[in-house]
Amino acid sequence: MGQHISNETLLKGETDPLTDRAVHLLKLDSVGKHYGNVIALRDVTMAVDNGRVTCVLGDNGAGKSTLIKIIAGLHQHDAGTFSIMGEERRLSSPREALDSGIAAVYQDLAVVSLMPIWRNFFLGSELTTGAGPFRRMDVARMKEITKKELADMGIDLRDVEQPIGQLSGGERQCVAIARAVYFGAKVLILDEPTAALGVKQSGVVLRYILQARDRGLGVIFITHNPHHAYPVGDRFLLLKRGRSIGYYDKKDITLEELTAQMAGGAELAELAHELEQLGGHKDALAEAKAEAEAVGIDSTTA
Amino acid sequence: MATATLPSAPTPIADERVGRRSPFQKLLGRPEVGALVGAVVLFIFFSLVSSTFLQPNAFATVLYGSSTIGIMAVGVSLLMIGGEFDLSAGVAVITSSLTASLFSWYFSLNVWVGVGLALVVSLTIGLVNGWIQSKTKLPSFIVTLATFLMLTGLNLALTRLIGGAVSSPSIATMDGFAAAKAVFASELVVGGVDFKIPILYWVVLVVIASWILLRTRVGNWIFSVGGDANAARAVGVPVTATKIGLFMGVGFCGWLLGMHNLFAFDAVQSGEGVGNEFLYIIAAVIGGCLLTGGYGSAVGGAIGAFIFGMANKGIVYAQWNPDWFKFFLGLMLLLATIVNLIVKNRAERK
Repeated sequence: MGQHISNETLLKGETDPLTDRAVHLLKLDSVGKHYGNVIALRDVTMAVDNGRVTCVLGDNGAGKSTLIKIIAGLHQHDAGTFSIMGEERRLSSPREALDSGIAAVYQDLAVVSLMPIWRNFFLGSELTTGAGPFRRMDVARMKEITKKELADMGIDLRDVEQPIGQLSGGERQCVAIARAVYFGAKVLILDEPTAALGVKQSGVVLRYILQARDRGLGVIFITHNPHHAYPVGDRFLLLKRGRSIGYYDKKDITLEELTAQMAGGAELAELAHELEQLGGHKDALAEAKAEAEAVGIDSTTA
Repeated sequence: MATATLPSAPTPIADERVGRRSPFQKLLGRPEVGALVGAVVLFIFFSLVSSTFLQPNAFATVLYGSSTIGIMAVGVSLLMIGGEFDLSAGVAVITSSLTASLFSWYFSLNVWVGVGLALVVSLTIGLVNGWIQSKTKLPSFIVTLATFLMLTGLNLALTRLIGGAVSSPSIATMDGFAAAKAVFASELVVGGVDFKIPILYWVVLVVIASWILLRTRVGNWIFSVGGDANAARAVGVPVTATKIGLFMGVGFCGWLLGMHNLFAFDAVQSGEGVGNEFLYIIAAVIGGCLLTGGYGSAVGGAIGAFIFGMANKGIVYAQWNPDWFKFFLGLMLLLATIVNLIVKNRAERK
């Protein structure tokens, strides 16, 4: 059993079956992954607990996708250890991840847009009735449960028979989240759920994240927006070019520091510097400088 | 016809924001609506222009013509809903016939041995198509085009090698032929009208396929692998197994039709079947199956096949030059595809 990163945020009584000590629901220790000679991820350590939101922040190409693919069973890590409830695991398929209580909600992959909402809700885990060649889907019950579960998440749908493609982006995310919650997910992975959404829709999705957390789920929230991550997150893992550049408890970091680390305060400063050299672009320059200062980097030193 | 076999939807949960939709509006939302309208128009048209079209025996002939396309259209429709094509379906039918006939003839066995082997071969062709497609992720267009060419060559070469001619030798006098003919190529007389048995098989297949598609887990999986295979895989749907199963379903339909072709006569031309794959695909597309997958119905494919049968025989009954048939078919295909496009856009509209 490896050392625990921090047990302070471990609330509910999940314990290590061997040592009777509290363990993390999910734990990654120095995990790495390469595709051929490309190192996609190296030395990443993080933990997920019940009723806690772990945010993974990083820019495009930082390794966020690789990380969640390992946790969701789409890829396998080739360095470090990945344990679920203190037991070291290597997930070979999304099905295995689901059976271990890990459900992923992908930004684009969440649903099949031409299929009705209720079919999507139960896709892969359909309820059946009858036996032998007459085993069939219990359509009435599936529709009823879909309607009820979505209502519990605060989504009041008009008609569960409509193709899910007709719902708004936020609503679709919520259907996917409600689905994961209903099927007994203990860990919910949300891949950039707010990336393609407007301000209001993002707010709605963030509220569902908190709702899932309050139901006792461990949530992994992937995003590149610190303003979305900070209000809901309990822990923050920052990735850059496949490496971890920081892992913080909420009490140890402020939104400003998070933004500075994450949104590339250094890059903003660099941009200001370049604009200055080019001459002109006065408005843009002033803006870049202001942004850089706001995130706490002195643009003159970059 | 087959529409009556669809299980009725359970009472929806009432919501005051959902306006009551009339049965007519509900019908408009179904994938096969374009084909249904086309079929009705065509039916009325030929009833008016031809005095013989509505006579029971002529109509039984139309149904028989439809069934020889329709049996395959069932498998092909399901496959297309699952997001894949099978260009080898046409020649695979002949491969199945040839396997049964040449194997029984060469080893002088009971024809049922050949029939059994043909089933194994047909399912294996589907398995191989599906397996290669799933493993390589190549478009099924390419994979099955390759299978199509290989099977075309094998049909000709092996028939000449084993039987010494372009046509398989007659098996009419062999053990079990009469029984096999009774099963695969007999006629049912209902009210004085001869209905050929493929019509029965066709209807049964459509019923089973509709049941699978609309009321079983596998049906849900078929829609999902065609609609978005990655999403389906991510929620735990066995995508590879589903797709391979669909290819094997086409194989099974090919075997059934192949056996009919063989036992309706007693020999098969080894060069036949080329081009038929498009007829099956056309039937499925006219019936509302999207080329891109994820949408369609087995009943639609059946209506598509029925349109084909009506146009094919109706032109003869109307005493027109059959040269017009292909033009007609092309026009139907174009119109049906446009209707389907409109339906899809409406389904995806926010």
